[in-house]
Amino acid sequence: MPLTPVLTKRFGTDQPWKIANYERLDGYAGLRKALTIAPDDLIAMVKDSNLRGRGGAGFPTGMKWQFIPQDDGKPHYVVINADEGEPGTCRDLPLMMNDPHALIEGIIIASFAVRANHAFIYIRGEAVHALRRVTAAVKEAEAAGYLGRNILGSGFDCRITVHAGAGAYICGEETALLDSLEGRRGQPRLKPPFPATNGLYDAPTVVNNVGTLASVPGIVLGGADWFKKMGPEGSPGPNMYSLSGRVKNPGQYEAPMGTTLRELLAMAGGMSRGKDLKFWTPGGSSTPLFTKEHLDIPLDFDAAVKAGSMNGTSAVMIFDEDDCVVRATKKWSEFYKHESCGKCTPCREGTYWYVGIYDRFERGEATEEDLDTLLDLSDNILGRAFCALGDGATSPVSSSIKYFRDEYLAHIENHGCPFPGARTLAGAH
Amino acid sequence: MTDLPSTNAGPNYGTDPFGPSDAVTGMETSAAVADSGRSNFRTSVIQLDRPGDPSVFDAKTHAEAEEIIARYPEGKGRSALLPMLHLVQSVQGQITPDGIAFCADRLGITKAQVQAVATFYTMYKRTPTGEYLVSVCTNTLCGMLGGDEIFAELSDELGVKNNQTTADGKITLEHAECLAACDYAPVVTVNYEFFDNQTVGSARTLVSQLRNGERPAPTRGAPLCSFKQMERQIAGFYDDETSIAPDANGTGVPTEVGVKLALQRGETAPSYAASSSSSQTAESTAERAAAQQAPSQSDAPLQTHESDESNPAEPTSERNRVDDDTRGGEA
Repeated sequence: MPLTPVLTKRFGTDQPWKIANYERLDGYAGLRKALTIAPDDLIAMVKDSNLRGRGGAGFPTGMKWQFIPQDDGKPHYVVINADEGEPGTCRDLPLMMNDPHALIEGIIIASFAVRANHAFIYIRGEAVHALRRVTAAVKEAEAAGYLGRNILGSGFDCRITVHAGAGAYICGEETALLDSLEGRRGQPRLKPPFPATNGLYDAPTVVNNVGTLASVPGIVLGGADWFKKMGPEGSPGPNMYSLSGRVKNPGQYEAPMGTTLRELLAMAGGMSRGKDLKFWTPGGSSTPLFTKEHLDIPLDFDAAVKAGSMNGTSAVMIFDEDDCVVRATKKWSEFYKHESCGKCTPCREGTYWYVGIYDRFERGEATEEDLDTLLDLSDNILGRAFCALGDGATSPVSSSIKYFRDEYLAHIENHGCPFPGARTLAGAH
Repeated sequence: MTDLPSTNAGPNYGTDPFGPSDAVTGMETSAAVADSGRSNFRTSVIQLDRPGDPSVFDAKTHAEAEEIIARYPEGKGRSALLPMLHLVQSVQGQITPDGIAFCADRLGITKAQVQAVATFYTMYKRTPTGEYLVSVCTNTLCGMLGGDEIFAELSDELGVKNNQTTADGKITLEHAECLAACDYAPVVTVNYEFFDNQTVGSARTLVSQLRNGERPAPTRGAPLCSFKQMERQIAGFYDDETSIAPDANGTGVPTEVGVKLALQRGETAPSYAASSSSSQTAESTAERAAAQQAPSQSDAPLQTHESDESNPAEPTSERNRVDDDTRGGEA
C-alpha cells in the first residue's frame, strides 16, 4: 500500500494551523462547496462514501447523520469527541494541533447537513496545547466569516463552543461525554434512546470523533467515489495509523484502510532493537492483542474483526520478544480500574480484581487457579458491563491468555516475572 | 470468584486483600485519600469540614463565571460546571469548600451536586498543588519504555510519592494514565505541557531546573507557566494574545514522519480532480506553490521544493502533480 496523506497532508508545511495558510491549501473549499448542496444530499454523499467513525466503533457516519429527525422543531447539536486517551491513541491531538481548521470545517459541514446551529468540541482537559490551538482557530474562523451568523451569505448560522474536560477516559464514551458536557459525572446513559434522538439537553445530537469530521471536507471536495478509491469498499478511506512502541520510527502513517502491519512496519523502518515482534494492538488497548501470526491481516473495520480483534482507533502499539505480556496486561488493567466510572458492578469490581490478581503474578504468588479466575472474571464482564469500557478491559486479558498462556505459567513456576531485569517498581503505582 | 480471598461484603474500597496498602501518607487530613491504594477514586468524597465561603472570590472571578455560562445555550448553565471548577482551582490551586460553594451559588445547584462532579474527575485536586504538577505517564507503553523508571527516580529524588507535594510547595508528582502521546514515549508533562522522549537523566534535569526556579522549554506546546495560570487557560481564559500561543510548535518528528516518507517516495492520495469538476483546485495552484515556498516560522523542518528536487520520481502528469501533491512547489 502507498502512503495517502489527506488528513496529514498539511503537516509540516508553514504553520498549517493558521487560517491563511490553511486557506492556501484547499482550506474551506469543501465548506464553500457544501453550502451549495442541499443538506440531505450532503448526508447522502457522506453515506455513499462509506466513511466509518474513526473513534473506534466504526459506525457509518452518514447513517448517524441520517438518524437525526428533521422538522421536529427541536434544536440539533453536533458534539465532537476529542477526549482522546485510550492507551495507544495519539492521532486526534496531533490533528488538532496541526490542522485545527480541517476539524472546524468538517464541523460546520456536519452542522449544516444535520441542521444544527451549535457545536461543542469536548477536548480532554489535559490537552491544553490542543485547547489553545482549537480555541485560536475558532476565533480565526469567526473573524473570517466561516462561523457566526449567515455564513458566507448562505443564511446558515453556526457557533462552536470549545469545552475542556477534567480527566476521565470514560468521557470518550459518547453518552458519558454528553452527561459530562451537561455538567455531571461522566457516566454512560442507558441506550436506547440514542443520542440521535435524545442527546445533548435531550435534543437530537450527532457525536463524531475528530478524525471522522476532519475527513469530511475531503469527501465533499473529492466526492464519495474518490474516498472509496482508497481501501476496501465497506471500510474505505485514508486512515491515520499511529505506531508506537518497539518500532524504529514511531509516528503517524496515513495509508488506505486495510493496510497490514507488515506494510506499516516497513514504512516505520522495522523493529527498534533488533528483536522479533511479539504482540501488538491493532487499535488501542481495548482491541484484543494480535501476534506475529497476524502481520498480514488487513487493518480495516471488517477484516480486523474477522481475525478476532478490532480496528479501533488504529493505535498500533508494538512490543517485542523481550517485553513481558503479563506486565503489559497488568498495566492496561490498572488503567481500566482507574478509569472505570463505578456505575456498573461487572466493570467496577471486575477491573479491581484483575489488578489484584496481576499483582499476585508479579509478586510470584499466583497459582493456576488465578489464571482461571482471570478468564472467569472476563466472562462475567464481557457483555454484562454497562458500556464498552468494561468490554474493552477484558480484551488484553483474554487475548494475552489465549496467545501467551505459557508465559503466565512461567510466572507461576518462576515465582515472579521470568524476564531478566524484571522488577517491581515500588511507588510507581 | 469463589477462589478469591474472602473479604467483608460490599465494595473493598480502602482495603487491600492482596497485601499492604500503598495509600499515600502525609496528606491533608481533610482530604479524601486520593488516587492511590485500592480505593475507587471516582466513588470517594471530598470531606467538607466547613460550609465554604463563596465570597473569597473577587468580582473578576464572578464576571468570569458569567462569561463561562454564556458559552452554553440559554438555560443550560450547568454545562459551565467543569470549566468553572477549573476556574476556582486557578484561584485556590485546589478544590476547596469555598470553590464548591461558589459553583453551587453561581449555577443554582446544590453543593452536593458540585461535589459529586468534583470528585469524579482526576484533574480537580483535593490537596494543595505545587507550582508545577509533574505527571509521568506510567501506562503500558510509556511505562515499559522507561516511564516506570522515571517515576521511581523522581519519587526518590523529590522524596514524595504519587499525588504528594514537595515541602517547598514547588512540585507535585503524579503518575498519569495515558497522555495520548504514545508516539513520543516515554512522556512527562509539567502543568500539562509535553516533554517528549524522556530518560531518567533528562527527567532528573527537568525537575532540578524547576526547583531552581528555571522554566525549561517544553518539547511541544507553549512556554511553561504556573499550575494556577494553566488552570485559567483550561477554564478558557487567555489573558493576552501570547498566552494562546499561536506560534507554539505543536509538531515533532513522529507527527510528520509519515507525510515526509510519502514525499520521499512520491506517494500521494488520489487526486480530487478526477471526481470533482470544480475549477478552484486549479485556481489555487499558484497560491499553493507560494505557500510551500514561504519560509517556515515553525521549529520543524519544512518540506518544500527541496524535497521535490531530490525526488524526480514525483507524479509525471502536470495535472496530477499539481492536484495531488499539496506540497509540490517545484513549478
